[in-house]
Amino acid sequence: MAGTLTIGYINGYNQGSPVSQIAFPVPDSSILARRDEIVAGLARLVAPESLVTTEDERRAFETDALTAYRRLPLAVVLPRSTEEVSAVLAYLHEAGVKVVARGAGTSLAGGAIPQEDAVVVGVSKLNKILDVSYENRVARVQAGVTNLGITDAIMADGFFYAPDPSSQLACTIAGNIGMNSGGAHCLKHGVTTNHILGVRMVLIDGTVVDVGGDHLDANGYDLLGVIVGSEGQLGVVTEATVRILRAAEGARPVLFGFDSSEAAGACVADIIGNGIVPVAMEFMDKLAIEITEAFAHAGYPLDAAAMLIIEVEGSPAEMEAQLSRIVEIAKKHGVRTVRESQSALEAALIWKGRKSAFGATGRVADYICMDGTVPTSKLSYVLQRTDEIVKSYGLRVANVFHAGDGNMHPLIMYNVNDPAEQAKAEEAGNDILKLCVEVGGCLTGEHGVGIEKRDLMHFQFTPIDLDQQMRVRAVFDPGWLLNPAKVFPLDHRFAA
Amino acid sequence: MTKSQIIHRPRTESDVAEIVMDARAAETPLAIEGGGTRAGLGRPMRAPVTLSTSQLTGITLYEPAEMVISARAGTPVSEIERALGEQGQMLPFEPMDHRALYGSAGDPTIGAVAACNISGPRRISSGAARDHLIGLRFVNGRAEAVKSGGRVMKNVTGLDLVKLVCGSHGTLGVITEVTFKLLPKARRTATLVVEGLDDARAVACMSAALGSPFEVSGAAHLPGAVTGESARTYLRIEHFPDSVAYRMEALEKLLAPFGAKSRLDHEPSLSFWRDLRDVGPLVRPAETAIWRISAAPTRAPHLTSAISQTLRGQWFYDWGGGLIWFATSAQGDCGAGAIRHALAATGGHATLTRAPDDLRAVLDVFEPLTPALMKLTRGVKLSFDPQGLFNPGRMYAGV
Repeated sequence: MAGTLTIGYINGYNQGSPVSQIAFPVPDSSILARRDEIVAGLARLVAPESLVTTEDERRAFETDALTAYRRLPLAVVLPRSTEEVSAVLAYLHEAGVKVVARGAGTSLAGGAIPQEDAVVVGVSKLNKILDVSYENRVARVQAGVTNLGITDAIMADGFFYAPDPSSQLACTIAGNIGMNSGGAHCLKHGVTTNHILGVRMVLIDGTVVDVGGDHLDANGYDLLGVIVGSEGQLGVVTEATVRILRAAEGARPVLFGFDSSEAAGACVADIIGNGIVPVAMEFMDKLAIEITEAFAHAGYPLDAAAMLIIEVEGSPAEMEAQLSRIVEIAKKHGVRTVRESQSALEAALIWKGRKSAFGATGRVADYICMDGTVPTSKLSYVLQRTDEIVKSYGLRVANVFHAGDGNMHPLIMYNVNDPAEQAKAEEAGNDILKLCVEVGGCLTGEHGVGIEKRDLMHFQFTPIDLDQQMRVRAVFDPGWLLNPAKVFPLDHRFAA
Repeated sequence: MTKSQIIHRPRTESDVAEIVMDARAAETPLAIEGGGTRAGLGRPMRAPVTLSTSQLTGITLYEPAEMVISARAGTPVSEIERALGEQGQMLPFEPMDHRALYGSAGDPTIGAVAACNISGPRRISSGAARDHLIGLRFVNGRAEAVKSGGRVMKNVTGLDLVKLVCGSHGTLGVITEVTFKLLPKARRTATLVVEGLDDARAVACMSAALGSPFEVSGAAHLPGAVTGESARTYLRIEHFPDSVAYRMEALEKLLAPFGAKSRLDHEPSLSFWRDLRDVGPLVRPAETAIWRISAAPTRAPHLTSAISQTLRGQWFYDWGGGLIWFATSAQGDCGAGAIRHALAATGGHATLTRAPDDLRAVLDVFEPLTPALMKLTRGVKLSFDPQGLFNPGRMYAGV
């Protein structure tokens, strides 16, 4: 399940010094010189076990799932309460020290990678579920609770937390809020921003604000809407109130094998056109099928050029009815194989294969994972162009993605020990993302901008668009101390 | 609202930018208007010039297979719904039509739906307007055309300004174009009606239904004082016909402990929820003040009970109890004191949705914010509209 976590270890600590294409700001030497004083100041605010200062221990926080880049932070603080977060931020704000908030460090975009002159504030010790109300269908949790931790706590009563990123075993709600995470089931249920009703957040000066609550609509400006997906630039979230949903009576993933990606793509459009919105529609191309099948043994059709995993849900009769409607449509598109899961175990294997796609790819090669979204009508064209682009750099690509919503995940494979090949992989990735924008899509559907796509923001936004975003950011963090070198191109300065 | 002397009706986004540029130079505030059917929403304001989006119309993109539609801000909601209906699709959040509530005329626009985050009963299952608004174009107070979001339904590129502008009541920018994601319209609708529950029991019944696997898409309760007969609790199922039949049976079984039931079939169900969406049960008499109160469902009955200790009124619940519409006499503070005192104990917030201009001018129409949130609110306003040109004071005095 934890594909993104796994690759951290597989690709982890074996490379020399790769050619870094992505720039980091030069550390502020005056802050570096004050390191002892800053650490001493933090030590007055939190317990010794909440403060990480030795180089060895800080290493664990130097990167996230974008492991090609790493920077050792000044120090790491792991507060145990909102009050401690508040005291820490107030102190660092006063001292003019930059802050990088961190959940579980599973960001694929480098959103949690620190810098040498910044203190990491991690929420991993804030890991309690505070309150669950089935009557109001909400749960209040500390922000370091894992995504799957919420569902695990309520599953026995038939409820679940809907957004389900592949890293859900490890990733935290704080990180999900930072990146507005999605998952395989967002076609029906939406993404994180549709499931967060309130947050307790600490502003950079230590002020604690409650935004939203356990009611359904905002009072005043929808500040919560801009906090979700802000990549740790507006504050540090310490608690969240999330919606929880009652699970369907049953759910069953079904595999559909096709002779071409075009046929699979056309089938997806036709299903939606017929008024059916399955809870999930996932796409894999031939290479992705081979790689994941070798890893998960889920019974994926190895003879297919493209495969869809379509999940139907409801009572047994409803699933049967929905499936037969979908099969009728798939036949029109020349479906080769239809394979229903025959047991809960088989269903779990089918999803295990999909959710470990990244990890499984990591077993055969190093890779970078792109995350652009395109209009679904452009899927076949984008797949074909992706293939051409990657081939032109002499590399291979496997495609795994959320077909219903057009969120692509080309996995570009390369050898991390070959700096020239890493550079090629990154260039191919950039070309693909530009293509996504050109056809009317966006740079990132669910992973976030982080450092990875930061310098491509100009392709999607005009300077005016970026200015407006940066002005809003500055309302929350005028001194630009929170996760300062992320999301916005470093050379872009706005008129305040 | 005091009518402006000058009304601009731009036909393009660049015309909008020019008008804002002029307003900026002259330091003249602008009242932003769509179809003008919701002028009673928010604090009344005085602006010498009105910018109307009524000529900024037309669907610019509609891809049924992608479940996405884009339209210029002044496009009538009715035109959008007609186009979607032809393809068997809908705006999932069921936007309320305010004309009955305000006795207003004209065409509600899609831009106003975005600007005021207008949703309806289906918000409980499908989400609000803000959850479906995936892209926006607007002109900010610097006369710059800004884009946020786009036309794809998964997009986390940059700060989500779409959400901030949605529900800002025209105070942050002039929306010129909106993009919404859609859903197929359900082939069949039916409603289960439970008779005779008091408010607390009704919320328990709605919670049981909404906590079931049957995807209840509407849950409302009308107390006896509103129906004039016995209290009724309404639970809606929307799906393919075979599923509706099955789920109605299953729901009825699940809710057996709550007593006698009847059903509304497809057509009566559609008209019941349309009327409820538009606050039909309370719109008359037209002289009453009407509050829209948002709170956690289980606390809603305590809230109405606490309020009614000191304030005479009638109310009903939507969103499984999470939304209370409360009608009372449009005198004095329209019950603001009683309602907000009760809210202090339960959490949630209240908006004075209908009251005469002179009262809305002196009352807090929106729930007052904490100092820290008010500071952020003022900052956000300045970051979009540094000169305070757009809809001055519409939400809060001085913002």
